[in-house]
Amino acid sequence: MRYLLALPFIGLLWVPFYNHELPALFGFPFFYWYQFLWVPLTALIIWLVYRNDLKKGVE
Amino acid sequence: MDGQINWTALSVFVFFFALVTVMGFWASRWQSGKSNKGQHLDEWGLGGRNFGTWITWFLVGGDFYTAYTVIAVPALVYAVGAYGFFALPYTILVYPIVFVIMPKLWHAAHKAGHVTAADVVYGRYSSRKLEFAIALTGVFATMPYISLQLIGMEVVIKALGISGELPLLAAFVILALYTYSAGLRAPALIAFVKDLMIYIVVLVAVVLVPMKLGGYGVVFASASDAFAAKGGATGLTLKSAQILPFATLALGSAMAAFMYPHTLTGIFAAKSADTIRKNAVFLPAYTVLLGLIALLGFMAYAAHIKVENNNDVVPALFNALFPSWFSGFAFAAIAIGALVPAAVMSIGAANLFTRNFWKPYVNPEVTPAGEAKVAKIVSLAVKLGAVVFILFLPTKFALDLQLLGGVWILQTFPAVVFGLFFGWFGPNALLAGWAVGIAGGSWLAYADGIKPVHTLHFGGDSYTVYTGLLALLLNVAVAVVIQLLSGGRSKQQLSADAAS
Repeated sequence: MRYLLALPFIGLLWVPFYNHELPALFGFPFFYWYQFLWVPLTALIIWLVYRNDLKKGVE
Repeated sequence: MDGQINWTALSVFVFFFALVTVMGFWASRWQSGKSNKGQHLDEWGLGGRNFGTWITWFLVGGDFYTAYTVIAVPALVYAVGAYGFFALPYTILVYPIVFVIMPKLWHAAHKAGHVTAADVVYGRYSSRKLEFAIALTGVFATMPYISLQLIGMEVVIKALGISGELPLLAAFVILALYTYSAGLRAPALIAFVKDLMIYIVVLVAVVLVPMKLGGYGVVFASASDAFAAKGGATGLTLKSAQILPFATLALGSAMAAFMYPHTLTGIFAAKSADTIRKNAVFLPAYTVLLGLIALLGFMAYAAHIKVENNNDVVPALFNALFPSWFSGFAFAAIAIGALVPAAVMSIGAANLFTRNFWKPYVNPEVTPAGEAKVAKIVSLAVKLGAVVFILFLPTKFALDLQLLGGVWILQTFPAVVFGLFFGWFGPNALLAGWAVGIAGGSWLAYADGIKPVHTLHFGGDSYTVYTGLLALLLNVAVAVVIQLLSGGRSKQQLSADAAS
């Protein structure tokens, strides 16, 4: 489960993947809305790991 | 900024400033119920170690996202475009790191009553030298950071049409007095007001400004045109040579962020490790805010704002597009946004001085009440130092030092964090790594003309990376080599660690 925490690092540090203007969304170039998207995604991932930790009773 | 005093804006500004001043003094009685230890450093310097999820969220958010962020991130985005956005991945990546590391650090600190990172390091390695190195780095990295808060405040006071340094001085005297009397409770309480105000300002700005300017498409298009005209390393996306610096700056800054004394103070003040884990889930909400604030830099192009100093871009945008009462409200939010982190920073530095310089070297017999007394006085001295610094030295110097501070604080990462996960490194190896990292990082930054990135050449290829991360690699490599040479830690030492 904890390995999920690596996903934001891959998604955000692999910059060539998102260094483009298209496709745009609501006027936002891809470069921007992609990075914004990782904010809720990261929160969700951390929450999933947190919930799993709770079940396993991690101190 | 024509030097005319904007009275409406000024009255709104003064009203909110007065409000938080009253709150700051009242704060000493807030949240001090159940386990009050009276005149104890835990009470003044960590708010009784009793902050739950909500207060921690506001406090950590309040001291991590500072007034300077609100001014400087849009300024950088205004100046260079996409490259300035490294702040967004940086403030996302910081939370998985917090989630994994900080609950462990909290446990280590809570069990033994540690107040600072250097305490934790001494507790684990029993090395006064390593403790001293970590504490010294913390103090030196924090001082210019406090000065930057003052710069943020100076910029908005100037935008109100007031020149001269007297208002800044007055604001800091007030800050100093209520931090002295209420300790960490003051910024924790004020953080509520600050955040509420900043959220209102930003939400209004990101909805209304594009409406006035013709939508986000127009905002990005006009920024794109401006960058195309300007040329150089600017644009809506990164030039290929900027990709590596962008990624390494984001990663390195994320690793450094919670090594600072002020962010750690927020962590140590939490009630439980669970509080910290929950905060790692909810703190990214602030990052949305930061990203939206960064976009103000692009909006300035659509609004045809031209400034001589990039730092003036946000105040100029508000002055141009909003009625004065709202500008006053926004500027108050930014100025109060400087008070919260400045207070926490001075408390963090004061805790370090008291626990890691005063206690071991001046008065080992000091009582917790005596510690609180020393810390209170040091917090005054730290703020005075920051004010003197900003009044007599050029702003650029504070910026340069803060940049170096980031490189320095990152070098404490191995000593503070590695021991939480494995016990292989001994104190001498970590100390050697720290020394090489600090010296190497400072030298590289200095040789590059105080730039945050350094270019390496391998054969025909060149790679530009964040200097702090480069110094950290050097740091860890030296620590590993020294540890291998000295033959690993003996069984005796390891069991001594386990017992402590």
